[in-house]
Amino acid sequence: MDWSPPGVSLRWLPVWSRNLLVWRKLAVASLVGNFGDPFLYLLGIGYGLGGLIGSVDGMPYLMFFASGLVCSSAMNTATFEGLYSAFTRMNAQRTWEGMLAAPLLVDDIVLGELVWAATKSVISSAIILLVAAAFGVVHGWEALAVVPILFLIGLCFGAMALLVSILSPSYDFFLYYFTLIVTPMFLFSGVFFPVTALPAGAQWLVWALPLSHAVTLVRPLMTGQPLASGWLQFAVLGLYTLIFSYLTVVFARRKMIK
Amino acid sequence: MFQSIEARSTPVMRARGLYKRYGEHSVVQGIDLDIYAGECVGLLGPNGAGKTTTLRMLLGLSPPTAGSLDVLGYPVPQCARQMRARAGVVPQQDNLDPDFTVRENLLVYGRYYGLAGVELARRIPPLLAFAALEAKAEAPIATLSGGMRRRLSIARALINVPELLFLDEPTTGLDPQARHLIWQRLRSLRSEGKTLLLTTHYMEEAQRLCDRVVILDQGNILDVGSPGELIARHIEPHVVEVSGDGVKEWLQALGQAHVRRAELVGETVFCYMDKVDDLLQQLRLQDKFTYLHRPANLEDVFLKLTGRDLRD
Repeated sequence: MDWSPPGVSLRWLPVWSRNLLVWRKLAVASLVGNFGDPFLYLLGIGYGLGGLIGSVDGMPYLMFFASGLVCSSAMNTATFEGLYSAFTRMNAQRTWEGMLAAPLLVDDIVLGELVWAATKSVISSAIILLVAAAFGVVHGWEALAVVPILFLIGLCFGAMALLVSILSPSYDFFLYYFTLIVTPMFLFSGVFFPVTALPAGAQWLVWALPLSHAVTLVRPLMTGQPLASGWLQFAVLGLYTLIFSYLTVVFARRKMIK
Repeated sequence: MFQSIEARSTPVMRARGLYKRYGEHSVVQGIDLDIYAGECVGLLGPNGAGKTTTLRMLLGLSPPTAGSLDVLGYPVPQCARQMRARAGVVPQQDNLDPDFTVRENLLVYGRYYGLAGVELARRIPPLLAFAALEAKAEAPIATLSGGMRRRLSIARALINVPELLFLDEPTTGLDPQARHLIWQRLRSLRSEGKTLLLTTHYMEEAQRLCDRVVILDQGNILDVGSPGELIARHIEPHVVEVSGDGVKEWLQALGQAHVRRAELVGETVFCYMDKVDDLLQQLRLQDKFTYLHRPANLEDVFLKLTGRDLRD
């Protein structure tokens, strides 16, 4: 195992731009997907169910839910990109193999994939932000400050997903990751209801995972509530990103260089 | 003339004691090999001989368990990335980008070499012409035939104007027409002075294309030489293949008088000989067996050195 620290250079750029070019060809279908699912959630749960709930944490439920959904959308987009799309590129399509015959290193490819996953996260969650603004549940222009945070969220979940993808023998294996990690995070990290509604022991578990911290950072910026501090949240997201990016590079080297 | 002697003295690739082991299994067991500028060298071996592993080691995609390796003046795998900037690779299985057209494949691949803009755009038309794919420039990869894909893979490997080209079984799975076109292109690359290293298990391919052939089996080099040298070294100049019922008894009755070396494979006897006239005379007078007289070829050498056992 090559545990040496990842080499960082600008060579990730052609990897990223390759993925961008593919995305541009299929952009319409991709955008419909990015937009459609969360939009239906916003309508069905935020608006529909929210009508029965009234207000949560001193704000309309739709506003509460929209700010959480922006984060979970960033998570989902990066997760799908890191799992299915990257798995296809590294296995079925042999795209990585082709890149490795050129003067690129595994480290460059992983970095390009991560930045790409984060880019897609920003695209899809920014669309939800716009839709939420159209619903009138975004407080003000300070909400634009969430964009770099969404990028970080994308990096974080992209790195986690890419590691799972590299360690998976087949697409079927991803279901474990969804059922055990992604779906529980989606349901219990404060997207649908405040984490404080959970029993104390469960809260501890939720705070150990990154999505709750993403929601804690993004929600005040979108809803105009005072931002408590944010350092802990950045530290958790940053730490997850660094640890999983590093592990992803190490295990990608093991997979590709043998 | 002087320059070619000079070039020969410094190999573009030098492997010493190259060794690769996966767990208990030794795939490559101590390879020493020099390749000189402008040569076309073929790595010839049955399945599992270690051809692809050797190629992966040369590219820096598989760290050798032991041994030293210099390619284009760079130590590999330490400086493999710098080496690959000056080399081209045609993989065994196509890894063209199915989401892109022919032109986009060249464009995107060129970016991996740091090429961009006008320079990259300038390099694409001659490569499309080389691959005879001008009419297909805007076609998606899915619409290309196997031969077209392989030609595009070769063109793609030339985007950085490499000095050294690695080709892993360049014509496996292609029909005869497609193979001949690939061979013609590879010959033109060799005449441009590029160094080619290819793996193959087609003797005909090795015999037609390669200046030197390396016969590899179970991770060892069995012999190295030009196809002509290898044939002269290992096989008598004439081969007579005789087949039919009772050929085994015929061979025993014939004795050592006519045939220096003979091999029985199923219902066929392969007779390897220096002088063939008497045997042919005898065979002409009978109608029990069918026979074929041909010059010795690389396949005879290969089968003699690696045996006739199946490799699965």
